[in-house]
Amino acid sequence: MKHRTFFWFILPTLSAMVLFIALPIVSVFIQSLFIQHEQVIVVSESCGPFGCTPTTSVDTEATERLREEKPLGRFNGLATYGNRSHLAFAEVGEAWRSSDSLGGFVDAVMDLPFYKALIFTLSYTFVVTPLVIVLGLAIAVGVNKLPSLIKGPSIFVSLLPFLVTPLVGSLILFWMVDGDGIIGASLQLLFNDPSLSVKASTPLMWIMLMVYGVWHTLPFSFITFYAGLQTVPKDILEAAQIDGASKWQSMMLVVVPHLMPLVSFVTLMLLMDNFRVFEPIVSFNAQAHATSLSWFIYNDLREAGNPLYASAGATSMLTILGVVILLTPVLIRTWRDFNRKAH
Amino acid sequence: MATTRDTRLTPLAIVSYGAVALWLIIAAFPFFWTFWGSFKVQADFFSKADWTYAVYGVNTIRETGGSFTGQGYEGAWVQEEFWKNAINSTVVVFFTVTISLTFGTLGGYALARSGFRYAFWILFAALVFRAMPHITLVSGYLLPFFEWNIWGIKPTTIIVLVAINQPFTLWMLHSFFLNIPKDMDESAMVDGCTRFQAFRYVIIPVMWPGVITTGLFSFLLAYNDFAVTAMLLSEENETIIPAINSFLGSDQVEGSIMFAVAAVVSVTAPLLVLVLFFQRQIVSGLTAGAVKG
Repeated sequence: MKHRTFFWFILPTLSAMVLFIALPIVSVFIQSLFIQHEQVIVVSESCGPFGCTPTTSVDTEATERLREEKPLGRFNGLATYGNRSHLAFAEVGEAWRSSDSLGGFVDAVMDLPFYKALIFTLSYTFVVTPLVIVLGLAIAVGVNKLPSLIKGPSIFVSLLPFLVTPLVGSLILFWMVDGDGIIGASLQLLFNDPSLSVKASTPLMWIMLMVYGVWHTLPFSFITFYAGLQTVPKDILEAAQIDGASKWQSMMLVVVPHLMPLVSFVTLMLLMDNFRVFEPIVSFNAQAHATSLSWFIYNDLREAGNPLYASAGATSMLTILGVVILLTPVLIRTWRDFNRKAH
Repeated sequence: MATTRDTRLTPLAIVSYGAVALWLIIAAFPFFWTFWGSFKVQADFFSKADWTYAVYGVNTIRETGGSFTGQGYEGAWVQEEFWKNAINSTVVVFFTVTISLTFGTLGGYALARSGFRYAFWILFAALVFRAMPHITLVSGYLLPFFEWNIWGIKPTTIIVLVAINQPFTLWMLHSFFLNIPKDMDESAMVDGCTRFQAFRYVIIPVMWPGVITTGLFSFLLAYNDFAVTAMLLSEENETIIPAINSFLGSDQVEGSIMFAVAAVVSVTAPLLVLVLFFQRQIVSGLTAGAVKG
């Protein structure tokens, strides 16, 4: 294809991506360097019968004007990145010096909003991803053995948790584990503890969010592995059987290696999606116990009437940095694979 | 052919059947339960006293006379005017899918037919863009959109959703076009077509299976989106998913939570129909990138 034709074909999609994905990243970075204007303070003397007292008041009009003229705020450099709501160098240093045990240090760091979000996001990603891969493979093998009459319906049922809107899916689960919902109430009965509630306990909330994560993404890995199982060469399986391999052995030594490329594909997709975990935290109303990086940004932008662009920008940049670090190994591999294919 | 070895019930087989059965229950039961419960009153669906209330609807019978009630649906669709949100969603989803498929087929075709190195770099960039959490992009839009006074209207949201959708659409259609033999359009060009004519008369007639599969996923992305629509749409343009979230946020009047339950069921129903009709395409789409990759 000629360069010219290629250009015209790719123009719409490329301009959409540059305008609404690449430029916003630049815009986010610029926003993160600025900080909101301080309010314009006027000091005036108010004199009453008992003498004069200086009073300070906010000149709303002047503040408004300043905001209008320079919506970005004033230049702040990289200071937002280091403040208490983000990397909090001062507070982390202080916690390191003052706490005498590792546990105390971790507790202190968990009180900082950014680290709280970061730690939950990472735990969520690295608990849910491997669980989903292992369970997905197990269920794919199981379904593959089913008589073909039940295969279709069971794939239909399996697809539902994955395709349902994340916000809606997590609400459905949340209503069931709520103190008054069927699972929540049964658990209270089972443990004979009427105060047992997901809403009131941090560990339970973490577990529930991760259970939701597994429930929601398991179908994706299951379907992918199921499709992969259809391509396992029959003759190799038979050869393994003749050589005396047990079912378990041929599973581990023939099928799993055959599926390895799929595992890396699924891992890539799951890492991307789990790292942006957001909707379940909104649905579960979990912010007191667990927040994620995405939720943290959402919360800053939601600040009624007065979005904290600088803070959201800084968190966004740190999140993007996290995504890039997470994906580097996979991206390098994709690049190598492509080069190998090209030559 | 199934041999005795395949059908014999070994302990391993029993465990794996058990796991599959358990998974199917876990996958389906929440939907069934919520659907059933959406026809009850709050005191039944969220019953602290006895979970069987939700099954038999004891309080529902006491409050409404029948064991099923449409109160939740009436409250959501009529009282809270959920139908307005449904119309907004229809508009946003329709235009997002149409535009992103148009952009995506053109781009995907070009990428599949160009052997130059920059084609790879575009795909690579698209993969990185695919990984960006949507809310980080939204935090970049908000301030400029306010400044240009285009915040809150549907066209802005549509074009943003189209852009967010592009990386995935490009990858999918690119791998789909790779499977259409090059000879087809090239022979058309030998016969005197321009590249665009070859695309129009030779490729478009055969591309529909791939476009439909990709369209399903574009639909899901636009329909399911919360981060973008919640932040970029004003109240009168709100789509269904942020609307459900606002149901929850509004004051917790007795029974208003049942509006949300009814809305949730209403939102899930079209997805169910979609899976019912397009199961094959969805499965092939999920695995398209993987199996060939």
